[in-house]
Amino acid sequence: MKLHEYQAKQVFAEVGIPTPGSTLATTVDEVVEAASDLGYPVAVKAQVHVGGRGKAGGIKLAENEDEAREAAEDILGMDLKGYTVDKVLVEEAVDFTNELYVGVTMDRGEGQPVVMVSEKGGVNIEEVAEEDPDAIAREHVDPAFGLHPYQARKVVYDAGIPREVAGDVASILTTLYDLYEDRDGSDVEINPLMVTSDDEVIAADAVMNIDEDALFRQPELAEMEEEAAEDDLEAKANEYGFDYVRLDGNVGIIGNGAGLVMTTLDLVDYYGGEPANFLDIGGGAKAERVANALDMVFSDENVDSVVFNIFGGITRGDEVAKGINTALEQFDEIPKPVVVRLAGTNAEEGREILNDELVTVEETLEGAVQRAVEYADEEATEVDQ
Amino acid sequence: MSILVDDDTRVVVQGITGGEGKFHAEQMIDYGTNVVAGAVPGKGGQEVAGVPVYDTVHDAVDEEDADASVIFVPPAFAADAIFEALDTDLDLAVAITEGIPTQDMAKVNKRLQETDTRLQGPNCPGIITPGEAKLGILPGNIFSEGKVGLVSRSGTLTYQVVDSLTQRGIGQTTAIGIGGDPIIGTDFIDALELFEADEDTEAVVMCGEIGGEDEEEAAEYIAHNMDTPVAGFIAGRTAPPGKRMGHAGAIVSGSGTGTAESKIDALNDAGVPVGDTPEEVADNIEDLL
Repeated sequence: MKLHEYQAKQVFAEVGIPTPGSTLATTVDEVVEAASDLGYPVAVKAQVHVGGRGKAGGIKLAENEDEAREAAEDILGMDLKGYTVDKVLVEEAVDFTNELYVGVTMDRGEGQPVVMVSEKGGVNIEEVAEEDPDAIAREHVDPAFGLHPYQARKVVYDAGIPREVAGDVASILTTLYDLYEDRDGSDVEINPLMVTSDDEVIAADAVMNIDEDALFRQPELAEMEEEAAEDDLEAKANEYGFDYVRLDGNVGIIGNGAGLVMTTLDLVDYYGGEPANFLDIGGGAKAERVANALDMVFSDENVDSVVFNIFGGITRGDEVAKGINTALEQFDEIPKPVVVRLAGTNAEEGREILNDELVTVEETLEGAVQRAVEYADEEATEVDQ
Repeated sequence: MSILVDDDTRVVVQGITGGEGKFHAEQMIDYGTNVVAGAVPGKGGQEVAGVPVYDTVHDAVDEEDADASVIFVPPAFAADAIFEALDTDLDLAVAITEGIPTQDMAKVNKRLQETDTRLQGPNCPGIITPGEAKLGILPGNIFSEGKVGLVSRSGTLTYQVVDSLTQRGIGQTTAIGIGGDPIIGTDFIDALELFEADEDTEAVVMCGEIGGEDEEEAAEYIAHNMDTPVAGFIAGRTAPPGKRMGHAGAIVSGSGTGTAESKIDALNDAGVPVGDTPEEVADNIEDLL
């Protein structure tokens, strides 16, 4: 789960990481008012979960009211890599002499957290990591002990951070690690960490990605997740508790188990179709959950057909079949054709229960996917005509 | 023959009084698994699924001589349950629980280095030696005894591939689901090493997915250390970069590693045929046998 920049900065402020003064705004007038309160120059920054906002035109500097108005008009409502910008952060522009990077993440290969510091901040740090890996100093952390102060100092010196600010950067890194640990971060980063002409360090951006599996013990952050949802479908997925990813195609895909759902996506592609989404109903799904899954996929107007792929282990085929019937019986007319493939635990019972006036039942995975792709093609053609 | 579990394995079920724990303890017993005890704090003295329940794993090991555990404990308490299993010198602990916070698993992983217990999972379907024992939630009826070993990061994908094999009359020695989380115990290389050493395993299926570099490392291992032929499958070819596809581990970084393409290339370079569909994996195994 990703927090928006403004949310991450709220969390930073709580633990004393310095950030520029800022105000969230949703209208042009609010932007202008916030800017005059903060004092020019200001940065107007789109709040969407998209990397490279600056390059894409989602961050603009304003020196005066006219520029602030213009920036607000440009950014609010703009489409940024598929997401509509409906809120911006208006922020004091920091006069800086240097831009650094600090971050904490999990090194999955080592199974340990790692802290990272670089004097090459302010740019795409992934590019730095790829082109000049030595420019990022790293130190692994024993999760049982946390980040020792000597480690924080070591990594800061290794990165070649100027002596004048080394102590402050080490201190911010220590705070950032504690935040990562206390708030179950998966990635917590500051890029850039700006150094001012007075040798102060200030977090000009804030990235906080939270481990979704740990939200049960992070109630405050879980509330922020609701706010952070980018569109209605994602909000709905959060509400239902599904793993859901929206994609560009028109074949809706529902299944149980991430590996099998991904395989279903791959097969749709293999047979010439395009997946509209990834939806994993998870293990042991009961009828109501199945109905919610169908509701989700039908809510996506791009969907022309749906393939339901269940291989029961912990999940039982008869339960799934009941859920599908219940969900579809609510409709006078089924919105889009649904193909169901059931295998594994209680699959035969399930196939007998399924109302084949409502759905197409297929025995094999390959057969089901091919049929769903055919239906999607037919639907798409009808719409064109 | 088999790897890790057989009909001598004496199993304790952690969390046996919960809904999932009880249901699957019964399923395991029906399959013929030698389930000897349950362990649930505060529930000692009860009997569930016909076996005695103890307050601690230590008691279950002392009283019933258990040597393996299966963990059906909710995510908030699961790391603690794994620590408890690691503290008793069991040979094997299989963690079924899905959704354990990654930082908890980092702590478990650190402790794991200091013990002799093998951890399998978490977020895995378990392990089965057809006809002898199953530890976990795998549907026993789709498996059959035979010569093919199977290791997979995904539960339901395992079932899909096994179903294709069984329907062609190709049985399995042992199938092991290692789980799709970023931090796991037993990994591909550990499982491949065991299958390589098992005389009865004549070919191995390895099912991977996007995210991490475990498949790439396994490909290196296969190229240099294995005589037993391996057939592969990789899920997530169509997954967009940067999106988490269900499993915590199934996310592509966007920097070129961890993609389906990089994994398929690495496996092909190691001489492992990678099927486009689960049926093609079964075709490839038929060719390798």
